[in-house]
Amino acid sequence: MIAKRYVLPGDLIVEGNPHLKPLANVMKVGDRLHSTRIGIVEISQNGVKVIPLSGIYIPRIGDLVIGKIIDYSALAWEVDINSCFLGHLPAQDVFGKEFSPSRDDLTKRFNIGDVIACRILNFDRTRDPLLTVADKDLGKISEGEMVKISPTKVPRLIGKRGSMIQMIEQLTRCRIVVGQNGVLVVTGANKDMREVAVKAIKMVEEGAHTANLTERVKEMLQGVQVGR
Amino acid sequence: MSRLMSEEGIRIDGRRWDELRPVRIEVGVLKNADGSSYIEFGKNKIVVAVYGPKEVHPKHMALPDRSVLRCRYHMLPFSVEERKNPAPSRREIEISKITREALEPALILEDYPRTVIDVFIEVLQSDGGSRCAGITAASVALADAGVNMRDLVAACAAGKVGGRIVVDINDEEDKMGEADMPVAYLPNLKQVSLLQLDGKLTADEYRECLNLAINGCMQVYSMQREALMKKYFSTVNKGGGDEGGSVEE
Repeated sequence: MIAKRYVLPGDLIVEGNPHLKPLANVMKVGDRLHSTRIGIVEISQNGVKVIPLSGIYIPRIGDLVIGKIIDYSALAWEVDINSCFLGHLPAQDVFGKEFSPSRDDLTKRFNIGDVIACRILNFDRTRDPLLTVADKDLGKISEGEMVKISPTKVPRLIGKRGSMIQMIEQLTRCRIVVGQNGVLVVTGANKDMREVAVKAIKMVEEGAHTANLTERVKEMLQGVQVGR
Repeated sequence: MSRLMSEEGIRIDGRRWDELRPVRIEVGVLKNADGSSYIEFGKNKIVVAVYGPKEVHPKHMALPDRSVLRCRYHMLPFSVEERKNPAPSRREIEISKITREALEPALILEDYPRTVIDVFIEVLQSDGGSRCAGITAASVALADAGVNMRDLVAACAAGKVGGRIVVDINDEEDKMGEADMPVAYLPNLKQVSLLQLDGKLTADEYRECLNLAINGCMQVYSMQREALMKKYFSTVNKGGGDEGGSVEE
């Protein structure tokens, strides 16, 4: 294994290699590549990127996010998606093409304070992110425990091909909906197991960059099961 | 001027001409802020909180192509010997502005259009050079908040005291010395983002003073690095079983 390289904003990563392209959180100054965030360097054939360890959620098209309805107009809902931009969920997305502002009441479907799972349909620098709930597993979330973690830790929580989150789900017999924006909902029949799952999630968040994390979380979860 | 500088070149607080006051930086001291830091720079004690990037209110202040950086430098009433009126003074308004201008070149504000980043610098106890300490701490807090940055910003002053060019001017030296020159510096990009001068220097003295201040900035930069590394990477590779795993029931 190659040693991990930890960088701070401004740190020089590579100098004088024209084949390496700057990818996420890397900037090019002349023939030098510098980091723009606190994080871990990843060099691949495509280029250099830095996996950040802090920061807010910036929407990306296709992301699953969990948001809270904070306002609605005659035509759309405004959704807080734990980002610096408000999510925009048009009523047509829910009511279909035949939507009529005079006939249909938006509060019949989602009211202020409701929590929804949705996907980012469109987003660019000029407009707020456009959301959709028209897919399976999307829509209102009526029960469960909501947990917020740092959005930068979400990839670690999911793990390689979902290994970490699947392990937590299996060992606690809970279902965890993970929003890329750092909002999670834990559902399961047993209240104690839900709490254990939340504990495991917090453990992953705190130790996201440490070694053997999966092992330690597994040990913790199995320890709880033995103690029962 | 012998009071400020002894025959042997020792300054009023016992330092040599090229010595900084003791500096301590801590990262992530405030839970409710997106990024925060605390700095002790000599007798200065300063807390910085960063919020954002977040939505802009009022909305008309938002810029379509980049984020707005708002800085507030504020001295608490008990930060000086005689109670200071908490309302922003002329001096605080100026320092807020120069802080913003010192930090802006380091931030990639274009990455966050239509948003705002708030930086609050609260001086708990003041000594000379609080603007430099404030900028230093603010840059660490911005990195902690995870804002895209071209570089950190380190700031340090230099000046002329008792006829000599010295680094890191303290309160007495600032008041009674001949010149004070605060400098903020982007260490990797080698750019100066703040340069003020209060007093008179010859062209040669000016050059020497600037070089000394940049030298001081580099020392401050290494302390910024250390603080951030400690916060983010000190728990790295500790391996399993180190948190009470061997305790038996």
